Amino acid sequence: MLIGLVGFWLASLYIATVSTTDTGDSNPMTTANVDNGVNVEHLLGARQALSEAPEAAQFTWKATNEWLNGTHSRSAVDSYYGLGEEHQHRSTFSFEADHPLVFGAEDNAATPVELVLAGLASCLTAGVAAVAQNREIQLRSVKATLEGSMDILGILGGDPDVRNGFNDVKVSYDIDADATADEIRALVAQSQKRSAVYDIITNPTNVTVEVA
Amino acid sequence: MKTTTVVVGAGHSGLAVSRRLTERSIDHVVIERGKVANSWRTQRWDSLRLLTPNWQSRLPGYSYGAHGGDDPDGFMSMPEVIRFMSDYARLVDAPIRTGTTVTSVRPSGGGYIVDTDQGRWECETVVLASGGFNLAKVPELGGSPPAPIAALSALEYRNPDRLAPGGVLVVGASATGVQIADEVHRSGRPVTVAVGEHVRMPRLYRGRDVLWWMERSGLFDERYDEVDDVVRVRRTPSPQLVGTSERATLDLNALTDMGVRLVGRLAALRGTEGLLSGSLANKCELADLKQGRLLDTFDEWAAESRLDDVGPPERFEPTRVPPSPPLKLDLARGEIRTIIWATGFKPDYSWLDVPVLDRKGQIRHDGGVVTESGGLYVIGLNFLRRRKSSFIHGAGDDSWDLVSHLARHLDSLVAA
Repeated sequence: MLIGLVGFWLASLYIATVSTTDTGDSNPMTTANVDNGVNVEHLLGARQALSEAPEAAQFTWKATNEWLNGTHSRSAVDSYYGLGEEHQHRSTFSFEADHPLVFGAEDNAATPVELVLAGLASCLTAGVAAVAQNREIQLRSVKATLEGSMDILGILGGDPDVRNGFNDVKVSYDIDADATADEIRALVAQSQKRSAVYDIITNPTNVTVEVA
Repeated sequence: MKTTTVVVGAGHSGLAVSRRLTERSIDHVVIERGKVANSWRTQRWDSLRLLTPNWQSRLPGYSYGAHGGDDPDGFMSMPEVIRFMSDYARLVDAPIRTGTTVTSVRPSGGGYIVDTDQGRWECETVVLASGGFNLAKVPELGGSPPAPIAALSALEYRNPDRLAPGGVLVVGASATGVQIADEVHRSGRPVTVAVGEHVRMPRLYRGRDVLWWMERSGLFDERYDEVDDVVRVRRTPSPQLVGTSERATLDLNALTDMGVRLVGRLAALRGTEGLLSGSLANKCELADLKQGRLLDTFDEWAAESRLDDVGPPERFEPTRVPPSPPLKLDLARGEIRTIIWATGFKPDYSWLDVPVLDRKGQIRHDGGVVTESGGLYVIGLNFLRRRKSSFIHGAGDDSWDLVSHLARHLDSLVAA
């Protein structure tokens, strides 16, 4: 998440400068008692370090996956590369996926496309928290509901004109915070602007799949 | 040849610097590859007008009114801009060497050697006033448009008649993109605009030009060392403004009303397809919210200043985003015949042999003072010292500050 969070930090600054002509010497890091649990100073340090050593900003995220049975499989995430070296997560994280009963499958876990929605939600929510921290907005609750609509004739091969993926993704945020409605909308908008998963979903990405 | 200061470029910035140098009796030359206001003569489309109102066109010791202008709320055409600057060059009696192209600037001793196609200058100080918009930035999209499509940059665009009949894709929705989209669509060529990050502004707010608000509220004077992230603000695209006699707003809603089609940012070219980002709604939301905050700032300032000669506060309709904008454009179908890149500009430092460029090719400077190379200055870039730095009237304060610094630098050389 480091890249994403550094990005959130970078992005969140400009709007503050346009939104106010206040140029007093108050330090946002020390004056407010806002705590969303985001370590803004760490992000600041990372941003500074990475602008001076851009090669360290080159990260590789990794996952492995193994077939269990039927459409059921398990992915594992335990390490990533960045800041010039390999890093281990604090533990190995595991994610299962399956297809639902209506597909004739066993429904042992969420479908892969639901995991995509979960990834989008987690990324946007992390962004909302980081941007809110930077803007001194105390969050009380942040809830998101996601819907990805899909015509499954695509994946069934039933209609060549229908794509496999989502034809639309809707995200609805319900946020309780010490801020105006527009400030809350701006948190969510800014979060999208710097979200890795939002970018992955809204923009094309080259994907190479090889067989060992 | 020897002089104290070489100024590279005789646009508004270089001329303002020349005036400041003359005021301080600092010996200098202004090297200009073409004629005064060269970029305005050769790199602009035919119908372009300044997006700053005439009353705001002022340079040290000179203003639109003093120039005999009688339309303060109008916007200068390119011939008018060229005349304005040529008259200013004569007024300040700038020692300009026209038709002289700089081929190299490099440090030598405590000063610099400036090589040109007309000979060499040795000097103590150099001011780069060659502009921030010399080259078109065209994004890397992993491919090029298929053969039947003509692609040109905003620097090459002149008028719609030079384009093939048929549809036009304008990539970019900043001032340049929306202005070209407007003009091309009016010519009968259906226009699609690929919209990325943009800055929305109304032309008039509460009965006054939005740039009047920017100036009077103090936003234009906000300094580079007062903002939280100067790197970011320097990258901010130019606002969606156009200078017309109707003083009309040219935001995305205005384009939609004309029949221009809005699509997401052009994200990639693959084969014969242009792939578009699904982020259009968010880009518009960001711009709407940012415009709202800007207007809030104006309103707060108006209330504090007890302004009574302006209209009541206004809020504008949110940008109307098409419900399901397309995610790809088939560029082989013939519907789109021309692509115009309105994706920004960058300076050309190919002749600068001083190691002061960052990995993005931008010059490292502190408010125009190139601190890593004493005696070297740059002027006329986005938010160089103030929010107004890249505007014509921004050259006044910036040239004062930089020439003051330059004079102290010369004093330090003498003292040493």
